[in-house]
Amino acid sequence: MIELHGLTKRFGEKLAVDSLTFSVRPGMVTGFLGPNGAGKSTTMRLMLGLDRPTAGDVRIDGKHYQDLDEPLRYIGALLEAQARHPGRSAYNHLLCLAQSNRIPRARVAEVLDLVGLQAVAKKRTKGFSLGMGQRLGIAAALLGDPTILMFDEPVNGLDPEGIHWIRNLMKRLAAEGRTVFVSSHLMSEMALTADHLVVIGKGKLLADTTMAEFIRQNSRSFVRVRTPQPEQLRDALHGAGITAVTAADGSYEISGVTAARLGDLAAQHRIVLHELSPQQASLEEAFMQLTAETVEYHAHETPPPEPVAAEPVAEPAGAWGENWQQRGRGRSGEGG
Amino acid sequence: MTTPYQATPYQAYASPIPVQSTGLGHALRSEWTKIRTVRSTMWTLGVMLVLVIGIGLLVASLVSSHTPTGTPVLAFGFFGVLLGSLPVITLGVLVISSEYSTGMIRTTLTACPSRSRVLAAKAIVFALIAFVLSTLACLIVAGADAGMITGSGIPSPSGSQWLRATVGAGLYVALLGLLALAVGAMLRHSAGAITAMLGVVLLPLLLALFMATQSLATVRTKLIEYSVPNAIATLYGIPMLSTGPQGWTPLWILAGVTAVALAGALFVINKRDV
Ligand SMILES: Nc1ncnc2c1ncn2[C@@H]1O[C@H](COP(=O)(O)OP(=O)(O)OP(=O)(O)O)[C@@H](O)[C@H]1O
Ligand SMILES: [Mg+2]
Repeated sequence: MIELHGLTKRFGEKLAVDSLTFSVRPGMVTGFLGPNGAGKSTTMRLMLGLDRPTAGDVRIDGKHYQDLDEPLRYIGALLEAQARHPGRSAYNHLLCLAQSNRIPRARVAEVLDLVGLQAVAKKRTKGFSLGMGQRLGIAAALLGDPTILMFDEPVNGLDPEGIHWIRNLMKRLAAEGRTVFVSSHLMSEMALTADHLVVIGKGKLLADTTMAEFIRQNSRSFVRVRTPQPEQLRDALHGAGITAVTAADGSYEISGVTAARLGDLAAQHRIVLHELSPQQASLEEAFMQLTAETVEYHAHETPPPEPVAAEPVAEPAGAWGENWQQRGRGRSGEGG
Repeated sequence: MTTPYQATPYQAYASPIPVQSTGLGHALRSEWTKIRTVRSTMWTLGVMLVLVIGIGLLVASLVSSHTPTGTPVLAFGFFGVLLGSLPVITLGVLVISSEYSTGMIRTTLTACPSRSRVLAAKAIVFALIAFVLSTLACLIVAGADAGMITGSGIPSPSGSQWLRATVGAGLYVALLGLLALAVGAMLRHSAGAITAMLGVVLLPLLLALFMATQSLATVRTKLIEYSVPNAIATLYGIPMLSTGPQGWTPLWILAGVTAVALAGALFVINKRDV
């Protein structure tokens, strides 16, 4: 359990973390979201006692970080930067950490095996790829078999298989009763792993809610219908007591009714349909709306040469990663 | 929506390994592993051994073929030690500054949140290694000097001369390295800290060389008296001037300066963000 009380950090003029108060609870994955520069990494450094808070307080199971006896047994952290000496081998990197917390030497080989780095254990980490470095960081976090795990953008640099692996790892760690706190920019990623959600923007707390609640409040599902006979369709819908919203491109957005029901209805009235598709407004979109005012670093996009027909879900700014959408749409099918 | 949103019922995780408190001993082991597993340690200490022993033996063999006058026999180790102190200084800086430049310091302090303990462990491990190796090198050179430079009218070195030329020189080099470690901790920047230390070692004497005018004579004298090369020369019984610190005094002066620098390093390292 990590508890923050009015945690504040100022770097000169810059208020990086602004009186954050929330708790990270055991037995679940807590996603920590915010746009670039929101203060996620700073908050995590404050939790680990690396940065000194300007005001406020963080407690780990009721204690300050520096009062923990064998901190690696309490918290394992994967920091944003690849915090290691490139001239030291992976094995020795973990060994020196283990020794400072009297963790048995055998555990080093164990965690190297766990993250799949045993083959390069004796190699200097200088030549490691981004993903290998990330795995080594995760190995270091798991070294003390800690009750709390903290990952700053763990999927950064991992290949799809690695991403899948870390997702399952986090869920498994949480299922074992541990506290898992993970930061990300991607709502779609969090939707797959997190049970609880903490959103910050410009250092301020914007949301502290369960994932299910966030989804319930923010995801709007509807069916898109396109037809060359709009008049007839509107009459048919009206007759059935269904309200339709006309979208910008002339199609209808209908919520509260299944696609099957609409298809049946159209068939009854002999109306030709060109599109009949269930839609899910993305969580990414909801997240962007939530943090819109707090985004500091906007990407400037060149406007497209001619207006493109609207997408099923509004396209976000380029800075938010283009490929979430596919995943976002397929999410309900993908499950967990 | 399927499974991922269901919160697991809370049931705290308990590691099978019991938590016990850790101390300086564990930090020392950790720092020992760190220092022996990077190449810069082997390089700098290797260069130090080559310089001290190589130059020491070279000078001894050159001098032994002539008949020296007046100079204490062991004093010929001076040149090697003066040059050999430079790689030790480099290592002293790197022991701490490389952690800052690579970001390792964050991992280190996450594993051991007591910053004082980390700094103490680093200082102890480094100083011990530097002291043992440089004393050993000085001992080899002193032995060669005493063995090779013999003859009528050349007094054999006294016990205190032996002690100063071996343990004394070794301590002096280790202290210079410790001072470098403290400076590295304060500046956090390898090149900056090494340059600063080179300045400390070489600048006073160089400045003194350029102070030819009469009005600066006292400043010049003080600069020479308290310069690092003169301090090492004094330990070898060949001070550049007849005034100034004598005998073991230069060593105590450096010890004082190093203690102050380490205290400063402790203060800033505890105060700063990393
Ligand atoms: N050491 C520092 N000195 C000065 N400013 C800092 C420092 N560390 C962070 N900041 C500032 O604090 C703000 C928050 O930074 P932080 O790295 O915590 O954001 P973040 O949420 O982790 O962003 P990202 O998603 O890009 O990793 C930024 O505006 C950053 O410029
Ligand atoms: Mg960050």
